[in-house]
Amino acid sequence: MKKTIAWLLTVTLLAASLAGCGAKEKGGTETQAEGGDGAGTQAQGDGAIYRTVDEIKESGKIVIGVFSDKNPFGYVDENGKYQGYDIYFAERIAKDMGVEVEYVSTEAASRVEYLKTGKVDVILANFTVTEERAKEVDFAAPYMKVALGVVSPDSALITSVEELNGKTLIVAKGTTAETYFTENHPEVKLLKFDQYTEAYNALLDGRGDALSTDNTEVLAWALQNDGFSVGIESLGDLDVISPAVSKGNTTLLTWLNDEITALADEQFFHADYKATLEPVYGSEIDIDSLVVEGGKVE
Amino acid sequence: MQDLGIRVLFMGNNFIRLLGGLWITLKISLLAVALSVVLGTLLGVVMTIKHPVIKAITKFYLEFIRIMPQLVLLFLVYFGLTKSFGINLSGQVSAVIVFTLWGTAEMGDLVRGALISIPAHQYESGAALGLTKGQIFLYIVIPQTLRRLIPLAINLTTRMIKTTSLIVMIGVVEVLKVAQQIIEANRYTVPDAALWIYGTIFFLYFLACWPISLLASWLEKRWKN
Repeated sequence: MKKTIAWLLTVTLLAASLAGCGAKEKGGTETQAEGGDGAGTQAQGDGAIYRTVDEIKESGKIVIGVFSDKNPFGYVDENGKYQGYDIYFAERIAKDMGVEVEYVSTEAASRVEYLKTGKVDVILANFTVTEERAKEVDFAAPYMKVALGVVSPDSALITSVEELNGKTLIVAKGTTAETYFTENHPEVKLLKFDQYTEAYNALLDGRGDALSTDNTEVLAWALQNDGFSVGIESLGDLDVISPAVSKGNTTLLTWLNDEITALADEQFFHADYKATLEPVYGSEIDIDSLVVEGGKVE
Repeated sequence: MQDLGIRVLFMGNNFIRLLGGLWITLKISLLAVALSVVLGTLLGVVMTIKHPVIKAITKFYLEFIRIMPQLVLLFLVYFGLTKSFGINLSGQVSAVIVFTLWGTAEMGDLVRGALISIPAHQYESGAALGLTKGQIFLYIVIPQTLRRLIPLAINLTTRMIKTTSLIVMIGVVEVLKVAQQIIEANRYTVPDAALWIYGTIFFLYFLACWPISLLASWLEKRWKN
């Protein structure tokens, strides 16, 4: 009797572990095929992983993946409500589609997976468009852009890259700022730190002449720290931020693109900026250096 | 005084939200622990059977789960199952499955270790007294095994509670994620909130794990006599 039970258990465990293995291997091969036709086949079969616009409307609810801890883009306020620049747009999408919105809290590393498995309809999580990502998901028209910014003390404000020649620039390791200045401006001396906090403290202590990172970050910081201003608001390669949908979900992609184009008439993203970003970045900066209307980047 | 970061705790529903997050953490980890204790005990008994096939299979299962980082297992169950088989599990269910798989493997090995640590003369003395195999297990082996298991099992339980912080990666908002949300929501207005919120989290984890430690020492004392 005991032996029978033991055997039964063993078989169950074996089955469980094999199932686990199978999932892993399959997952592995699929990742490899993604660059090729993997996503295409999924779209052709009936078992499409994503939901079309009609299906979303029918269900009465759109599922949008957002950040829940990236103030001011997507965060949760003290009453447990989602807020921010991305959320403002998400609310509008739901309103214009005539459905309720359900937010899913995503992490930077899992955003692509959510779309590949159709667990969300749209990702609106400060998602920067890159070539690698575009192979795995479909990006709609952009609604924001980011570049590098340079912040320096008002007493010795740096307003152009040429002024940095021979000066010490503070950067955080592994950021786009580090790569950009190493490749394009080797004449600028770099002082590197592991963490943002250390880097900002170094600027406060005067260990460097200026600091560079994403323009949104330096703008927010300068506003909090008297005596410092952002002399260069937009520098380096311009990255755009777009909503993303599952690869092949053309109906939703078209709907989003039309929506973004239509919203340009009322300057929707300027209003979005005023409601969500202005309290953080201030009103003195050029809104057009951050916001994109109608999906058109100059 | 009003500039202290602690005021963030009492803004809106923040404290209630933290407790809600703690509830999610405890719900998932305790459910997984309960399942793991039952399944792990059975697995441990199975692992002591001296049969090459059973040995190979259980060893494989144990090593597979142990070597694989919990985060990879979570992704496999949450995203992998959907991608490969179209099985769409919620984040919480996936978390319970993964933590049960992990807990069962670890618990199984603990039970196996405790069982084989009972010296052979205990079985032999029992047999010499004329006890049946069942009686030997019930009156001699199990009580001694349990006593050796308690500290190890408690250690595993608290480890599982703390490892649940990984489940934010599959969209489950548990206590640590709520804390990060609160800190980030106030990063411009109350920059020193982090220390206070993390301090609170420390107490919440402590409050969650302490009763378990108390229970363990109570059991140990009780079973000594």
